[in-house]
Amino acid sequence: MSNPPRPRLAVWKFASCDGCQLSLLDCEEELLALAEKVEIGYFLEASRKTLPGPYDLSLVEGSITTPEDAERIQEVRRASKKLVTIGACATAGGIQALRNFARIGDFLSAVYASPGYIRTLDRSTPIAAHVPVDFELQGCPIHRFQLLEVISAFLSGRSPAIPHYSVCLECKRAGHPCVLVARGTPCLGPVTHAGCGAICPGYARGCYGCYGPMESPNPPSLSLRWRALGASERDLHRVFRTFNAAAAPFRRESEAHAD
Amino acid sequence: MPGQAPTAGEAIIDREGLQALLDALSARGFSVIGPRVRDEAIVYEAVREVADLPEGWTDRQDGGHYRLERRKDRALFGYAVGPHSWKRFLFPPQQRLWRAQRTGAGFAILEEAPPLDRWAFLGVRACELRALAIQDRVFLGGSHPDRSYAERRRGLFIVALQCGEPSGTCFCVSMEAGPKAASGFDLALTELLSPGSHRFLVEVGSPAGEEILGAIPHRPAGAADRREADALLASTASRMGRSLDTRGIRELLQDHPEHPRWQEVAARCLACANCTMVCPTCFCSTVEDHTTLTGEGAERTRLWDSCFTLDFSYLHGGSVRKEIRSRYRQWMTHKLSTWFDQFGSSGCVGCGRCITWCPVGIDLTEEARAIRASLPEPTHA
Repeated sequence: MSNPPRPRLAVWKFASCDGCQLSLLDCEEELLALAEKVEIGYFLEASRKTLPGPYDLSLVEGSITTPEDAERIQEVRRASKKLVTIGACATAGGIQALRNFARIGDFLSAVYASPGYIRTLDRSTPIAAHVPVDFELQGCPIHRFQLLEVISAFLSGRSPAIPHYSVCLECKRAGHPCVLVARGTPCLGPVTHAGCGAICPGYARGCYGCYGPMESPNPPSLSLRWRALGASERDLHRVFRTFNAAAAPFRRESEAHAD
Repeated sequence: MPGQAPTAGEAIIDREGLQALLDALSARGFSVIGPRVRDEAIVYEAVREVADLPEGWTDRQDGGHYRLERRKDRALFGYAVGPHSWKRFLFPPQQRLWRAQRTGAGFAILEEAPPLDRWAFLGVRACELRALAIQDRVFLGGSHPDRSYAERRRGLFIVALQCGEPSGTCFCVSMEAGPKAASGFDLALTELLSPGSHRFLVEVGSPAGEEILGAIPHRPAGAADRREADALLASTASRMGRSLDTRGIRELLQDHPEHPRWQEVAARCLACANCTMVCPTCFCSTVEDHTTLTGEGAERTRLWDSCFTLDFSYLHGGSVRKEIRSRYRQWMTHKLSTWFDQFGSSGCVGCGRCITWCPVGIDLTEEARAIRASLPEPTHA
């Protein structure tokens, strides 16, 4: 074989639901092309077989919630030439970052019969809070076409074409009449990162922000509009406190409205 | 010239005549695009029958607010402009420009086929005709005409509508873009509704329009028909929901880049880009390059872009317009002021879409008024 060695890919899981890794397996026909193009060195969701590092490209899913994981992400970074985080957990701390707003001890005693066995951190933090990250792909879950775009870009040494503007651009290009303006349906699209293709407004639903904050969000202005449409302070508190609760613009906005 | 002579060549058709018009356009190979009700709004999509049109519907519009409402009559065109504009057909929101395929030694460029459709637009208002003329200037007027736009624009058949129903955010009168459509169409309809009578006054604007009119049942228009149509347009002109004082507006905006109002509007502006997406003259685009996983293929896609995104002003090292303040200022100043320097006209036609479809109802007529009102002396000559 005279072919050059294929780049070695690794997929790592931290605190997460595995949904973003599944987006990679969902790629189906593209998955065969990917398997030809890269050597899958570490991807426990797909195969028990593992190859040693260094890895040319590491995809990291999940947030850091335990002392062990805080150590392990350092090892992953050391073993990875490029490190890309995928999904709301890895980029913003995920739904489990709700712990950041409460006392972790209260959860432990409520959930576990013997909390003494549990070693956990009092905050869920994104990967970028621990190690340098080469690219962050937002979404809960991420869109598989965007994941393929990021992988293709890294394989060919170009920038990923992943825009960071609002969902509204995708929504308008698709031709959906605005649900907020035409129906009075509260929608987070104007402050939310594009990438989903405006799925919810396409089904006459308001965006609920699963892709996290867009590049220059203005949540306080949108909140005023939500209030005028009938949303309560509690509604606003809660809508900004979901999968991206710890992303700074959403965190600040949830804190500005009482539960 | 169309619009000059009062009744010469004008005709009357009824609802059946309108169906005959749709059929005649279809028989000549046109795909007719017109107004339809979808998802609680009136949008521009394919229409085949009069029954597809938004009969008995109107819209109530204000800043950040649009609601369909029932009319008391059976008007087919009794609404104002909605979230769509005709630009989505001539300048598609997302369009592959070309593909490339790796060959033995290099690569081959695969050109995109020209569009198969020839369109007839039904129900184009005066403000929208002005917007078309502005985009013609932008895409075709320079030394590098846009081929894709030219292919789509060529052979377009336009059935204009003399506007009988302005919305709460309309100000075409201020922009001298309406409500009367005087030229730039093949046929123009005025919908005349009175008890027991539903008819359309037809003006001919081109030989192609004349040919089509000759092919459908019609009768000559009378002086009374013309008087009724004139009264309708006068009524429309008197019912504008907004107004904009355009005196010296070019200088008003260019001379005050540091006005505190820009900061004030930035506190409300979401930088979501909706205003630019719905604007019938905004023409900015970006291109995205994608490669396949195997590295065997590549393609370039053109997408509607907006001066409200950070990447829009990205130069080496970062974005020039980091603050929303500077992005809003760029958009409004370009639209109402520097457009004159660039293209010789205003970029605004007074259709009001940017006001209605702004999720927080920012109103550029209000912003311009606030800046003007704050100045000690009028800046216009």
